[in-house]
Amino acid sequence: MSETLESTVRRICRSHGGDPTRLMDIARDVQDRFGCVAPAAMDLISRITGAPRVEVESLVSFYSFLSRSPKGQVVIRLCDDIIDRMHGYHRVARAFSEELGIGLGETTADGKISLERTACIGLSDQAPAALVNEVPVTELSTDRAREIVAGLREHMDPRRLVTRSGDGQNAHPLVRAMVRNNLRQVGPLVFSEQVRGKAISNALAMSPAEVIRAVKNARLRGRGGAGFPAGMKWEYARASTGERKFVIGNADEGEPGTFKDRVLLTELPDRVFAGMTIAGYAIGAKEGILYLRGEYAYLRPYLEAVLAQRRSDGLLGPKVAGKNPFAFDIRIQMGAGAYVCGEESALLESCEGRRGDPRNRPPFPAQKGYLGGPTVVNNVETLCCVTKILEAGPAEFAQHGSTGSTGTKLLSVSGDCRLPGIYEVPFGTPLAEVLRLAQGEDAFAVQVGGPSGQLVSRTEFTRTIDYENLATGGSIMVFGPGRNLLEIVHAFLEFFADESCGYCTPCRAGTAFLLRMVERIAAGRGEPADLARMEELGLTMKAASRCGLGQTAANPVLTSLVNFRPVYDALVKEDPEGFRRSFELDKAVMEAELLSGRRSKHAGIEKGGHR
Amino acid sequence: MSARPGERQKPKIATVSLAGCFGCHMSILDIDERILDLAKVVEFSRSPINDLKKFDGRCAVGIVEGGCANEENVEVLREFRRKCDILVSLGDCATMGGIPALRNSIPLSECLETAYLDGPTVVNPLGRIPSDEEIPLLLDKVYPCHEIVKIDLFLPGCPPSAEAIFSALTGILGKSRPDLPYELLKYD
Amino acid sequence: MSGPVTILIDGVEVSARPGQTILDAADEAGIYIPRLCHLPGLAPFGSCRVCTVTANGRPCASCTTPVTPGMIVENDTERLREMRRQIVEMLFSEGNHFCMFCEKSGNCELQAMAYRLGIPASRYPGIWPVRDVDSTHPDILIDRNRCILCGRCVRASRDVDGKQVFGFVGRGHGKRIAVLGDARLRDSGVDVTDAAIDVCPVGAILRKGTAFRVPIGQRRFDKEPIGADIEARKEKP
Repeated sequence: MSETLESTVRRICRSHGGDPTRLMDIARDVQDRFGCVAPAAMDLISRITGAPRVEVESLVSFYSFLSRSPKGQVVIRLCDDIIDRMHGYHRVARAFSEELGIGLGETTADGKISLERTACIGLSDQAPAALVNEVPVTELSTDRAREIVAGLREHMDPRRLVTRSGDGQNAHPLVRAMVRNNLRQVGPLVFSEQVRGKAISNALAMSPAEVIRAVKNARLRGRGGAGFPAGMKWEYARASTGERKFVIGNADEGEPGTFKDRVLLTELPDRVFAGMTIAGYAIGAKEGILYLRGEYAYLRPYLEAVLAQRRSDGLLGPKVAGKNPFAFDIRIQMGAGAYVCGEESALLESCEGRRGDPRNRPPFPAQKGYLGGPTVVNNVETLCCVTKILEAGPAEFAQHGSTGSTGTKLLSVSGDCRLPGIYEVPFGTPLAEVLRLAQGEDAFAVQVGGPSGQLVSRTEFTRTIDYENLATGGSIMVFGPGRNLLEIVHAFLEFFADESCGYCTPCRAGTAFLLRMVERIAAGRGEPADLARMEELGLTMKAASRCGLGQTAANPVLTSLVNFRPVYDALVKEDPEGFRRSFELDKAVMEAELLSGRRSKHAGIEKGGHR
Repeated sequence: MSARPGERQKPKIATVSLAGCFGCHMSILDIDERILDLAKVVEFSRSPINDLKKFDGRCAVGIVEGGCANEENVEVLREFRRKCDILVSLGDCATMGGIPALRNSIPLSECLETAYLDGPTVVNPLGRIPSDEEIPLLLDKVYPCHEIVKIDLFLPGCPPSAEAIFSALTGILGKSRPDLPYELLKYD
Repeated sequence: MSGPVTILIDGVEVSARPGQTILDAADEAGIYIPRLCHLPGLAPFGSCRVCTVTANGRPCASCTTPVTPGMIVENDTERLREMRRQIVEMLFSEGNHFCMFCEKSGNCELQAMAYRLGIPASRYPGIWPVRDVDSTHPDILIDRNRCILCGRCVRASRDVDGKQVFGFVGRGHGKRIAVLGDARLRDSGVDVTDAAIDVCPVGAILRKGTAFRVPIGQRRFDKEPIGADIEARKEKP
């Protein structure tokens, strides 16, 4: 066995050049092969690649798809976010649990199947959903859960669970996923008719400076959420000195409730790759990396095939055809389940084979990024916009949307609406219009921009989707009447506490304490002063955290405290005797009662007097 | 103890040791002869210092040593909260749980088994964990006082120095919120 | 390199070298910005966030942010002090800190910071995590109950000792310091002479047999608050 382990790990390391900066690939391959990256395997990886042993451990311990202890041959990862919970996650989880005879986080006694929960997998429009190894299964029901387990017991082949393919390229033989695109509204830019190769030939007919000027003239801003002007980013990277420069396509779409990149990668990969190629030409980079989130691994063979096709068509490779031929190629870097890696500097760390702790800035990636070289990191949707700008010209692009926010935005709409899916709308579209399109008009609250965005109430549905008003990376979660606000806020905080990298105090500890405060209030054990304390802590997290995750992790609390204050006020009250309402004597003595077999004398009094 | 007619009622002070070691009370006594000055302006109500077991009226100040480890601690602390205007957490056990809180990351059953059955120094021929009606039930963990009731002033230290206690008390009685100077704010 | 730049810290003009961090410039000028993870000689880390200031109105960690000409820095404001108190209180409540018997008491930077900021007790409920102690090494002890994840040992081991004995594993609240992956200290190759053993701000990494030698009253922070040494530089002509 150890012989097998050693030779296999050796082979895997060799296939990645024994390169310690490729630890992500190495660890993923070892995990796939052995169901874990055991300490013995880590010893070997460290010895073969020269990566310090503690760094290998650090990496394996960081990503939720990697583990040091064995997982089942098949891992079922149930998507556990608020949208899935609203659509029956708990029922489905129970069905899986009963059918398998194990709880969440456990593996069947025969070592065959593990059951886990995971954060949003980019399928909120067809929730509840799960990943069975890499295969997405959607619109789960309790019956479907039992069928899946029965099927797996029979053949242990997740691919055979796909009985019907989804629409569009989901049916492509290399994808064969039951995922549906749910493309509800096609706009004039991103999903417009494409002429393959045109953008690149147009770009190569210009000088790199002219290409950057075109992107600046289109006033293109980053679509991932932060909204940084793309042309400016490129200009910095172009001006930075470095022998190797890089373009990274950020396909680590992890913000709960967003799934637009899934659809872009399925239907428009050429536009994404063309955008990266154009960026490479503009900044003087020869190498591109598409950082694909682990949850979208099912798209990888298809994307590799698209890349291969582009190489044979002269759109990638040592000589990208055009007036000013240049060399550019793209490789795919897989993630392994970490939301924070969507943050561009954490993504760079991950690409270099380390845990995804964000970096200190400065230096910014455009100055010193991947392997120390100037690097541009652009969102997948931004890259599609780049291609469109070079295809149709900046003027055509900028005539859509508003002055400060040109173009269109892809929205991923999910939750309590009849038509969840992708909507390409011009910037400046009121939220109410989006709700009308998706048939979710009776919403009492909408989370715009995912957990890191804002929770808005009905009175604000007139606000518009753009960088100046309601900025969003694309996630629009609709909450209908009867949904519990505190449950929503709690789910979001739980997510941030799970996904915090733990590097800085305000985020690591702040998310943990804020979560406890919300729990207390949701349980009706809060005091008015708690609300002020939550707000204070939230503001500290916003100001003092090191990266975007921590700076926005308190947003669910901060925005709901403003927009839904009466809900909170109704839940808190002052104790007339100055007792802390968070302390419950009968709960605190429960264990002692159980151990001693006698009842508390005092807890009973509390029941009468205090409650 | 009670005021004579015509004399202005002196403010009352109550003190108690919950899950503490009485070290903080020793430190109260360490204010030495200044306790006489104190006695001129205050009167002790329920306190181990005068051995009074029950409150004899409303108190201006309640001083609590120790955190809450069992249900009785909670009841006593709540009574202090009801009967005292200003409640002071005295010492590290009261302010953060202290030594008794060492058990907080260990399951309760394991604590009891080690204390009464398996511990290296245990002599327990009956092999039973005591469970008399008179023994208060333990809480799931040891709580600092401010997690049970509202606390108005914290005096950390193990124990807080007599200096810190005296300066805080005179501050309270002088109706000013005493902020401990650097030399007196200590956690050890 | 161009000549010195001038920045304003709480209204005081401070001269700094281009590329210098706000914190280093402040140190040289005898202005103390509270900090825990930063240690001269080790690469700036920016994890504790106690040194958060505002620079031209925007909050940032002064230990990792370089000065820019004319930068206006706020350091000693009530809002920033309150922020620092919250951060320090959270550090206490997320770990298991028992100052009353800790070998580092009186010489502990976390404790001293709490004193300096005037914290009588943490306002956050204790989490009481289960964390382990490794005393397998004959001369060195690691008590993770007290660790504040400042990364000083990680940096010192990597950059000064050239060993990379220490590293972070896990994430979020479960993050902890590991020794050579999953080794015990005894087998880690760590030496009592390593710089990594000396840099711990709290009592998480200790030399055995050295505790309680300095009597109470004469320890590092008994009389003078943390940062007093830096502030003393201001008095010099």
